[in-house]
Amino acid sequence: MTFSRTTRRVLLVALALGLAVIYFPLLVVFLNSFNSDTTFGWPPGGFTLEWWGRAAANDGALAALRTSVEAGLAATAIALVLGAMAAFALQRYKFIGRNPISLLIVLPIALPGIVTGIALNNAFRTILGINLGLFTAIVAHATFCIVVVFNNVVARLRRLGNNLEEASMDLGADGITTFRLVTFPMLRSALLAGGLLAFALSFDEVIVTTFTLGAGLETVPIWIYDNLFRPNQAPIVNVVAVVLILASTVPVYLAQRLSGDSASGGRL
Amino acid sequence: MTAAITNTPRPAGSPRRRLSAYLRRTPRLRLGILLSAPLAWLGVAYLGALAALFVTAFWSTDVFTGRVVVSWSLDNFATLARDAVYRTITVRTVGVAVIVTLVDAVIAFPMAFAMAKFTSRRTQRLLVIAVMTPLWASYLVKAYAWRSMLSGNGVLHWLLVPVGLDGPGYGLPATVITLSYLWLPYMILPIYAGLDRLPDSLLDASGDLGARSVRTFLSVVLPLALPAVIAGSIFTFSLSLGDYIAVKIVGGTSQLLGNVVYDNIGAANNLPFAATVATVPVVIMLLYLAAARRTGAVDTL
Repeated sequence: MTFSRTTRRVLLVALALGLAVIYFPLLVVFLNSFNSDTTFGWPPGGFTLEWWGRAAANDGALAALRTSVEAGLAATAIALVLGAMAAFALQRYKFIGRNPISLLIVLPIALPGIVTGIALNNAFRTILGINLGLFTAIVAHATFCIVVVFNNVVARLRRLGNNLEEASMDLGADGITTFRLVTFPMLRSALLAGGLLAFALSFDEVIVTTFTLGAGLETVPIWIYDNLFRPNQAPIVNVVAVVLILASTVPVYLAQRLSGDSASGGRL
Repeated sequence: MTAAITNTPRPAGSPRRRLSAYLRRTPRLRLGILLSAPLAWLGVAYLGALAALFVTAFWSTDVFTGRVVVSWSLDNFATLARDAVYRTITVRTVGVAVIVTLVDAVIAFPMAFAMAKFTSRRTQRLLVIAVMTPLWASYLVKAYAWRSMLSGNGVLHWLLVPVGLDGPGYGLPATVITLSYLWLPYMILPIYAGLDRLPDSLLDASGDLGARSVRTFLSVVLPLALPAVIAGSIFTFSLSLGDYIAVKIVGGTSQLLGNVVYDNIGAANNLPFAATVATVPVVIMLLYLAAARRTGAVDTL
């Protein structure tokens, strides 16, 4: 049916307003990082770069950045291997228990973070007797990053089918050569996209990290959380928040450019 | 056809070639290798940790030493059921989750409809990216953004005072606003996907048969889009149920179930009771999923 001009206009305005609401708070955080008023009174008191300078020299924030990058890279590496293996198994083979296994892969992000967090905390400390540290946080992050890689690789495998692999085999290549020269190159961008998204997910996770990172260590979100309620740290917290927004949205943008497989990047 | 050609004899190969051929003949072995590591990680380690947690719910904590005591009982569950505080908090948490879900549905539907029906393909792709990108921006930063916006002299105060209103300050309303903001993209994207699949011809047919916009919406669009709304609500509902950080940041002194779990692990050092409380959102979520499954919404995820 043809919608009346008013209906059309009202809904398009609603869409524009909705998008404005989605971006407005992020914009406010960005602008506040240059706000000379330390309590972020609005309108901003004046323009300053002082907070950016102080943040760049803040040892705690820099140490947190290093921890975040280390945890993110290690968790992403594990998630890439496990996620890709699971994607091949579930996309290329029919077997009993496929559905429960795909549910199992989603479970770490489907359950409330606090449940996953305390379950792993309990497993590490009381069952395995391991002291919490960077390693335990990496294990926890890898657990919920697997699904992102898995979803990206599954989407790609489904789209590709296996005609090209069969052609390669028909032309005499063995399985390993086929994987190296045919399958892997076709998957490369999906793996890269999945890896970027996994890194972004790990980089800003806070709940599971709270329960699995050792005392004395901080990732960037944990650093923000620890300093959030200290008024004199507010301007630096705000700068780190801007860095965190950029660090998690840039990989997502790149991933979106690399693979058009799924709109949500496999998070929904 | 594959078999005919690959089975032609070729010069006896290297060990690698023999391994490759062997793997090719035994798909079950290949599957086993592919599944081994992911299943060990998720099936044994992760599920094991979850199972251990819920077993702990039936144990207790020694009052003096603070150590977990293995003594099977339903005491924790009894406390949870009997104590009025926990009932209030449970009701409050479910209430917040329901309101957040409704607010998101009401905001997301018109947005998704405009995206799916009134914009070109190219614009749609850009809009999907525009909605999705903030989903990945740090959860903590978004909650923090609302904290500074809701503060006494923040942006909301500045915007609302001229029209005779004021921001809600920190408390439960602020929590609902923040959670609705946080989970909005989780509602928009499934509804958009659902409406995008809804053929325009159905809307045309409805119009040709004389229905006006409102009637078409109620009799055609809404019934067909409902599974997508329910799919979105699974995210908004579940994410709200387990949250404790947004409440801490903008909720003032309000407590939700997540806070009770958190406080029992930290300050009270009572893991068994924390595990007991943690079963509440999980059980509510399972009930919700079971109900959603009956509508067919789960299959569209």
